[in-house]
Amino acid sequence: MLHAHYSETRGASGQIELLLTGRWTLRALAERGAADAAWQDRLRELGRRDAVNWNCLDIEALDSVGALLLWRCWGRKLPELLLMRPEHLHIFERIAAADGEPAAVVLPRSPFEGLIVLGAGVLAVIRQLRDFVALLGLLALDLLHLLRHPIDLPGREISANIYKSGVRAMPVTALVGLLIGIALSYLSSLQLRQFGADMFIVNLLGLSIIRELGPVLVAVLVAGRSGSAMTAQLGVMRVTEEIDALATMGVSSSLRLVLPKVVALAVVTPLLVLWATALALLGGMLAAELQLGIGIGYFLETLPKAVPVVNLWIGLVKGVVFGLAIALIACHFGLRVKPNTESLSANTTAAVVTAITVVIFIDAVFAVALRGVGVPKL
Amino acid sequence: MTSAAPVIAIDDLSTRLGGVWIHRHLNLEIAAGEMVALVGGSGSGKTTLLRQMIGLLTPTQGTIRLFGEPLFGGGVARERALRQRFGVLFQQGALFSALNVFDNIAFPLRELRCFDATTIRDLVMLKLEMVELLPQHALLLPAELSGGMVKRVALARSLALEPELLLLDEPTAGLDPDRSAGFVRLIRRLGDELGLTVLLVTHDVATLAALTTKVAVLAEQHILAYGMLDTVRQFDHPFVRKFFYPLS
Ligand SMILES: Nc1ncnc2c1ncn2[C@@H]1O[C@H](COP(=O)(O)OP(=O)(O)O)[C@@H](O)[C@H]1O
Ligand SMILES: [Mg+2]
Repeated sequence: MLHAHYSETRGASGQIELLLTGRWTLRALAERGAADAAWQDRLRELGRRDAVNWNCLDIEALDSVGALLLWRCWGRKLPELLLMRPEHLHIFERIAAADGEPAAVVLPRSPFEGLIVLGAGVLAVIRQLRDFVALLGLLALDLLHLLRHPIDLPGREISANIYKSGVRAMPVTALVGLLIGIALSYLSSLQLRQFGADMFIVNLLGLSIIRELGPVLVAVLVAGRSGSAMTAQLGVMRVTEEIDALATMGVSSSLRLVLPKVVALAVVTPLLVLWATALALLGGMLAAELQLGIGIGYFLETLPKAVPVVNLWIGLVKGVVFGLAIALIACHFGLRVKPNTESLSANTTAAVVTAITVVIFIDAVFAVALRGVGVPKL
Repeated sequence: MTSAAPVIAIDDLSTRLGGVWIHRHLNLEIAAGEMVALVGGSGSGKTTLLRQMIGLLTPTQGTIRLFGEPLFGGGVARERALRQRFGVLFQQGALFSALNVFDNIAFPLRELRCFDATTIRDLVMLKLEMVELLPQHALLLPAELSGGMVKRVALARSLALEPELLLLDEPTAGLDPDRSAGFVRLIRRLGDELGLTVLLVTHDVATLAALTTKVAVLAEQHILAYGMLDTVRQFDHPFVRKFFYPLS
């Protein structure tokens, strides 16, 4: 395979005769590579001169990359003295046709750049909130519709979502709960023993796990596991126009896709909270038994006295609220996905991050609002 | 370069997918410069065969050689160099949805890492002109394109690396007859202009008549008939009869 090549000879009248040979193709030129800058520079210099006779008849192969190289050497026009085969000349006709100003990509910079960016950000947030309220409104209408036509209740979808985000999440929530319980119990027992306050491990674990850790832990897991899946699913359905297809069949996408997810998470999250809390307490009990010698029997007997049962209710209510929030946020972002992969990934990320942030925010609100409830006074 | 080796040589290929033989003892040779249409019923394994030719699937038995070279082995650099010698137009276009038209076509060129931004811009604009798109289409996203434009952009992208072989999977599927005829003319013209070897999968008889020099019929798990359109048309087999004379 012969690479692109040229040789100069000086003619009788002082003219430069330039003979081009070999393959002037993408592959041949790419192999020559940028390393051969001098080779191209000389060609460019020759291109600028007038008295050069370009003999291209012996070029073995020419594609648009090779042609473009020559075209640019010639200053975007054909040289006056040129010998070329017609099929090669045809490529240059194409290049000449395509040679125009490309569409402008650069936007003019404005002196108020910062203000514009800020304004766009604020408007985007407002738009997000408006869309979110619209989604809530749609769901409220769906609920009204269901009250009048209970037959339209998407039972299969709800049940499928309960299975997917509830039953399938049980192993991971159990494992995480158990490990957190063990870790917490070990660490606290070391401290408590120093003060001789061994017995308070029950109060400490019970209150923190049942009221605080259980719900938040489960919410974070559910947001990462089911929330992202919901956003991605709705997003892909938008990309593949499945949501539009549903709409043309007269099926409300909010009723069939969003509502089942919201209902399922509202049902499933408190149950997962209960499950994870139980396993965290089990882990804590085992660790307390090993570390402090506090028997499981004693632990179970003291727990109801140390932790008022209202804490369990608080935990469960938190579970419901967190589940609702996660599902609504996941669906909100899922429906915002534009038909491209970049938007899909951005919205999935946004859904998970927003859901976890909102969960922690709601948790703080709960903590402040219920500060006098369920905390035993000593 | 212009060796006698056929551009595509499939030798005794058998494919088993999901416990079913899709191809058995299939042979096919395509010489340089030919425009071959691969026809066959839906589910007869045309796409599967195409995916094997471009190395996305490995055959269960048998070999495929492109330009006289095997598809696999000999190191990453050799495999990549071989892959750059053919362009593929996927059935759905397979444009990168997050990139606009310009960046879609520029993508393979940038991957080569030997052109500067100006060259790439000129090349992309040239490719757009070749597939009869306007410069202002360069900034559109794939989701903003019509079906026919998606195919054109995908064609431009598959031509970006100046391939010698072009493989097209149902290039006219989903286009109306008018657009489809226009697209076929475009392929024919570019094929002639660039001296491409073209293999296209189709089930559209009009496309066949306008485009191809040869027809290969895939049925009963192998190439049933291969030859000029008029010869294949006369071939006496229920599938061939139904394909070319659906109303008789
Ligand atoms: N990954 C796979 N696993 C199992 N079967 C497959 C797979 N891919 C394709 N098939 C089957 O192979 C057959 C041929 O498919 P395909 O090549 O797509 O047909 P065509 O493009 O000719 O319509 C079909 O019956 C299809 O169901
Ligand atoms: Mg197919």
